[in-house]
Amino acid sequence: MTQDVMLLSIILLLVPMLSFLINIFFGDKLGRLSGIVGTTILGIDLGLAIVVAFTKLVSHADLFIIQNKIEWFNIGSIKIVVGFGVDNIAAIMLVVVTLISFLVHLFSTVYMEGDRRFPKFFAYLGLFTFSMLGIVLANNFLIMYIFWELVGISSYLLIGFWYEKKSASDASKKAFITNRIGDLGFFIGIMILFMTYGSFMFEDVFAGISSGLMPFNSSTMLTLAGIGIFMGAMGKSAQWPLHVWLPDAMEGPTPVSALIHAATMVAAGVYLVAKVFAMFTADALTFIAIIGTITAFIPATIALTQTDFKKVLAYSTVSQLGFMIMSMGVGGYTNGFFHLVTHAWFKAGLFLASGSVIHAMHHAMHHMKDHHSDPQDINNMGGLKHTMPWTYRTFLVVTLALSGIPLTSGFLSKDGILAGTLAYANLTGGWHWIIPIMGFASAGMTAFYMFRLTIVAFHGEPKTEIAKHTHENKAQIVLPLVILTVLSFWFFYSPNPIDASKGWFHASVTQPQTAVPAAYQWDFLISEKAAPAASQHLSESSHGETGQIAEAGSHSTGHYLNKLQEETHHFHLLAMILSLLIAGTGIAFAFAIYQFKVISADNLEARFKALHNFSLQKWFFDELYKATVIAGILGISKALSWFDTYVVDGIVNASAYLTRGYGKFVGLFDNIVIDGAVNLTANTTGYLGSKIRKIQTGQVQSYVVFVLLGLLIILYFFI
Amino acid sequence: MEIGLTHYLFISAILFSLGLYGIITRKHAIMVLMGLELVLNAANINFIAFARFGGMNIEGHIAAIFVIILAAAEAAVALAIVLNIYQNFRHVNIDEVDNLKG
Amino acid sequence: MDLVTIAFYFFGALTIIFGAVVVFSKNIMYSAFSLLFTFFGIAGLYVLLNADFLAITQIMIYIGGILVLIIFGVMLTTRITGVDVKSGTMGKFQLATTGILTTVIAITLLIVFSSTKWYLKEVPAVESTVNDIGNKLLTNYLLAFEAASMLLLIAIVGAAFIARKK
Repeated sequence: MTQDVMLLSIILLLVPMLSFLINIFFGDKLGRLSGIVGTTILGIDLGLAIVVAFTKLVSHADLFIIQNKIEWFNIGSIKIVVGFGVDNIAAIMLVVVTLISFLVHLFSTVYMEGDRRFPKFFAYLGLFTFSMLGIVLANNFLIMYIFWELVGISSYLLIGFWYEKKSASDASKKAFITNRIGDLGFFIGIMILFMTYGSFMFEDVFAGISSGLMPFNSSTMLTLAGIGIFMGAMGKSAQWPLHVWLPDAMEGPTPVSALIHAATMVAAGVYLVAKVFAMFTADALTFIAIIGTITAFIPATIALTQTDFKKVLAYSTVSQLGFMIMSMGVGGYTNGFFHLVTHAWFKAGLFLASGSVIHAMHHAMHHMKDHHSDPQDINNMGGLKHTMPWTYRTFLVVTLALSGIPLTSGFLSKDGILAGTLAYANLTGGWHWIIPIMGFASAGMTAFYMFRLTIVAFHGEPKTEIAKHTHENKAQIVLPLVILTVLSFWFFYSPNPIDASKGWFHASVTQPQTAVPAAYQWDFLISEKAAPAASQHLSESSHGETGQIAEAGSHSTGHYLNKLQEETHHFHLLAMILSLLIAGTGIAFAFAIYQFKVISADNLEARFKALHNFSLQKWFFDELYKATVIAGILGISKALSWFDTYVVDGIVNASAYLTRGYGKFVGLFDNIVIDGAVNLTANTTGYLGSKIRKIQTGQVQSYVVFVLLGLLIILYFFI
Repeated sequence: MEIGLTHYLFISAILFSLGLYGIITRKHAIMVLMGLELVLNAANINFIAFARFGGMNIEGHIAAIFVIILAAAEAAVALAIVLNIYQNFRHVNIDEVDNLKG
Repeated sequence: MDLVTIAFYFFGALTIIFGAVVVFSKNIMYSAFSLLFTFFGIAGLYVLLNADFLAITQIMIYIGGILVLIIFGVMLTTRITGVDVKSGTMGKFQLATTGILTTVIAITLLIVFSSTKWYLKEVPAVESTVNDIGNKLLTNYLLAFEAASMLLLIAIVGAAFIARKK
């Protein structure tokens, strides 16, 4: 039975690759059909994912992970063991990835219509889905890293899909290079762990840590390994200070933004942190929490003033990813992952809705023969509520979800996160209170900028002729919006609309026991009965051949709650009231400024000119990097170039000159002495030859004479 | 004086030298061929003489027979070659057939 | 002087005198016919040496075969009516050199033959050698015999091939 699940998972992984191969090799022949082919294949994949997830979550809930292990190759005595596995979070991620990928495929069949490289787009989408599923199914660092890079390359291809545009090709390079910085840390982290524990498998590494073995006998190295691996997550999940690539990545087609840069790939970092959660020490978790908090806060302030529809959503995505990471960092594992899933639905919905708007704007511009206006600028929109009713309705619901309004999934998850931060601050005290404060502030700003966007783009009178001429899109575009909107309601996760902790999601996604020894871990993350459980947790079950692992406490949630979870419970009501108040305030401000114009936006802008400019210019991060990193590298390059030109080239030229002089001398020696000797030999031989050849008369009889002379000599020799 | 081995050997030696002289001095290819026949016959006389005075050994006769066979074959092929030379050069003077001259 | 001695000197003289005529004659036809007498003399010597089969063979093959072949060759390659029927020789210097050389060889051979102590074994003369030769050829020397027959075949084919008109 578990074998079947593994088999299905492998098929599930390979099916999108089929879509890639078909579309990349036969795309030109298929033409418009390639969209249908890609969508159908993803539909099948979605069906498989649902079967796998259902089997895992319902029939095999008692198993921590269903996995297989294969000995890939040996280096000397080191065996490289790899494999794939499905645990609960992987099962949920499988459905998230395939469903959003399927909807994006469906959406793109209309959105990308008429594009020159239409089949290639679906090929890249297939490649991306394949790589993303690889990350989800990996049960070891090696496979994870391989697919991590594959995701990076497919993201690069898709951001730069319209590479004729310089901004698009620049953005793709920026995304790739920024990700490389994070991946370097990831690689170092993996290597530290591999050197110490001799295995890439998660379970082996965790077992090694819980046995008390430390990399280089130092808990600091374990923290560093954790931070290194977290750096990979920082790159992929666009955490401050590596967040700069994600807003630029909006140069890619909008469905790509929805799939990759909102729902799945950027969540891979959070997923990675969740997968290896057990190995983070208290210090590493603090680092993660701080990074997450900063990432939640700064992009939220930037999003306040942006006028590009997709840029607002992009900064909102970065901010929400910061929320997830922050939650992980404070130990709120379940809520962080919960937010990942709910965010995936409503952010994909938001992006697809923005795609719908942009598509409609494009059509209107095309209709009016206007090629200069920006179809993504919200100041060109307005009044879309009437021309695009379905897009508006769905957009409104997912905006409510993102703002954290009750009855939506976003409320459940964000509330859990904020309660977690409060509990964390209460348990640790001191400066840690900054984390919940910034979290609440970001939540309020989220509500504000999302409603600003909704009001400016959809409410009021059309600000341009273009906005007037927009109209609703085809069913292939609207249907994915509706599905994603429905998934943003609370009832999918918990019957109780204000508390998710009794729902199936929290029952399935339980916080794993930390593997780190108690000396290096927050005491509130270690549950009372952890000591016996920790050893059981990683022991091989009797199904040794398939290597399944049963986690002792996974099916009896509630008994092993650690202190943080209990504390989170206590803070739940407070967090709910606070977040509602703050979100309500944000929404009220948005309505006051943009809908009813009670407060003048221009007036505010004038009064806080410096702050406004700071936000509009994105805290000058790009300029800062240009001034420091890029200028620094250029300076070093210049210095190296000078060194090369004058010192290295000088040495090279000098040695070349000497070599040439020596060469000339050797040449003379060759010409006179060696050639002379050779020629002398040749001439002597030639002269002798010209004399001796006269013996060869060509007459048989003269030869006979010589034979006779020889005969005589022999005769006299013997006599 | 009893006629012994040495007498025959003397005849064969003289015949051999005559043949050699002919081979070297004559220009005409067929004359060279005749000199060759004399040399071969001188050799044959030796074979038979040794056979006779070495205990009537029949092997010497066999060798002589093979020499005759060889001479016949050689004469046929040599004359064919001479005819060929004649066709090419319109003469058979071998001192003028010196294409191998160095 | 018994009859055998007389016969020996007769045949020996015949062989050497006509051999000399073959070599020294200017006329190629004379040479050819002198060769006939030389071969005849040699056949006589064979008889004196108790080699009856070889004597017959000498007469049949040399005189009946090879000599006829040579005469044909002479007639095919020489215009009989012209002066070319005479075979030219080298210049005086070459002749002298060759003469000295061959004389030296002849004298050397004579000295060697006469000075060597030959192992001699006197046996009574036999009736005929034909039986023995036949037996030997088809027993001990069968391979050589067959090889010789192949050689002759090849010589015939080769001669025909070489001499054909292009």
